[in-house]
Amino acid sequence: MSEARIIPGFPAVGAAALRLAPMAPLSLLGARLAKNLGRRHPSLFTRLGDQAEKIFLIDPSDLPLVFRLAPRPVAPRLEAVRRDRAGRWDARIAGPLAALLGLVHGVYDGDALFFSRDLVIEGDTEAVLALRNAIDNEEIDLAAEAAAMFGPLEFVAAAPVRLLAALGSEWSGVALARTPRQRPV
Amino acid sequence: MREKLELVCPAGTPAAFRAAIDAGAHTISCGFNDETNARNFPGLNFSREEMAQSIKYAHRKDAKVLIAINTFPRAGAFSRWSQAVDDAARLGTDAVILADLGLLDYASHRHPTLRLHLSVQAAAANADAIEFYAKSFGVRRVVLPRVLSVPEIAAINRKISVETEVFIFGGLCVMAEGRCSLSSYATGKSPNMNGACSPASHVEYREEAGELVSRLGGFAIHRSAAGAAAPYPTLCKGCFEAGDYRGHVFEDPASLDAASLIPQLAEAGVTALKIEGRQRSRAYTEAVVRSFRKALDDHAGGRPIIAGQLRDLTEGQQTTSGAYRKAWR
Repeated sequence: MSEARIIPGFPAVGAAALRLAPMAPLSLLGARLAKNLGRRHPSLFTRLGDQAEKIFLIDPSDLPLVFRLAPRPVAPRLEAVRRDRAGRWDARIAGPLAALLGLVHGVYDGDALFFSRDLVIEGDTEAVLALRNAIDNEEIDLAAEAAAMFGPLEFVAAAPVRLLAALGSEWSGVALARTPRQRPV
Repeated sequence: MREKLELVCPAGTPAAFRAAIDAGAHTISCGFNDETNARNFPGLNFSREEMAQSIKYAHRKDAKVLIAINTFPRAGAFSRWSQAVDDAARLGTDAVILADLGLLDYASHRHPTLRLHLSVQAAAANADAIEFYAKSFGVRRVVLPRVLSVPEIAAINRKISVETEVFIFGGLCVMAEGRCSLSSYATGKSPNMNGACSPASHVEYREEAGELVSRLGGFAIHRSAAGAAAPYPTLCKGCFEAGDYRGHVFEDPASLDAASLIPQLAEAGVTALKIEGRQRSRAYTEAVVRSFRKALDDHAGGRPIIAGQLRDLTEGQQTTSGAYRKAWR
């Protein structure tokens, strides 16, 4: 059976709250997440090759902010900025947050989202393709990555983080974690 | 119980490889991460180490692996292709998929026990051509070009001594495979030698006045109105003006879905059905493989096949049975 094509939008009340939220804490979280991803998924950079030197603008169209991703092997960075302060980038990937996270979690096929115009790409197409393929191969679970940010306390944090992700997913309609079918067995 | 057809599924990454097997693939087709295969896209394909691990995974699950080395060696660079054949044999692949005469000759002499499949890139579309490959190089299976009707496939199968594999789902090419120069003309890179039709390095998308404009090598090749489905940035699916006509001069952006023809293809003597899409994600792989494995099981069990379930995943969001049913004749 094909994937469901109805992609939920992020709740307006959540987007309004984010409009007022300071970017610094989000960027701090993004930096930790990127650092952990780099440590736990080194083959991501092998697959990215030279494209790891590019700047990617990840643009959730239903949020009032964008993310600047610099997937450098030594010091990967993920920074949250206001859309009007996006700065220079090599490649832009835009779409509803649910679509972008769905790509990470293997829920959606990137080409199908492009065909249906749910996903917009601009700039360096080669870099976008490399990033898409590299992430798809890593079978990333953002809930697991968030738990890993607790370092040695990961095993304590895992259950609460997964519960929070499940509640957040239910409220927003956005898959914040891989479903059991998408997790390795 | 009817004899079950073999389901050959694509994998562009180790994750997609595992997803395909777990979803029920009998056989996986994949390639090394270089220009020796026809899906040489950035971030895609397998290092030698990844291929070794993936082959072990497949064999543990009783699945087979076919390594595509199906581009045509460039003059002066034959060793890259022959090395790929040597590595595929060393890693324990179940077969290699080749197109080039020189490479077939090399493989048949250097690795006489290695099973050889003829790629669709060789465009062998009649019994005489197929028998030539079978007798000269010991080819055991031929992937038929997507230009034949079901009766033509049946006629070929009656006259040949080897297995045939046909495409059942995925992207379509308008040309007999291996003979298309459209992408080379626009980009200077040959799909048949460099392994990428419409290489991403030459593709540009831009929103202009509400339309999505696709450019290949600087040529505007398609404008998609707001809300309209977007095609791949290939010249064969481009929109052009010719005289008073404006539209898809070569081919509409549609994908092959021949699920409803599985019984006829089995009756025509086909051994294996191939899903296209090594460049696609593991989500595509999982969904398409699961759907076609169920269709094959239903066919083998004498149950009706439910077709047309995968349109959302296809280019142009529309499907066709392609040349299998030549309705224009």
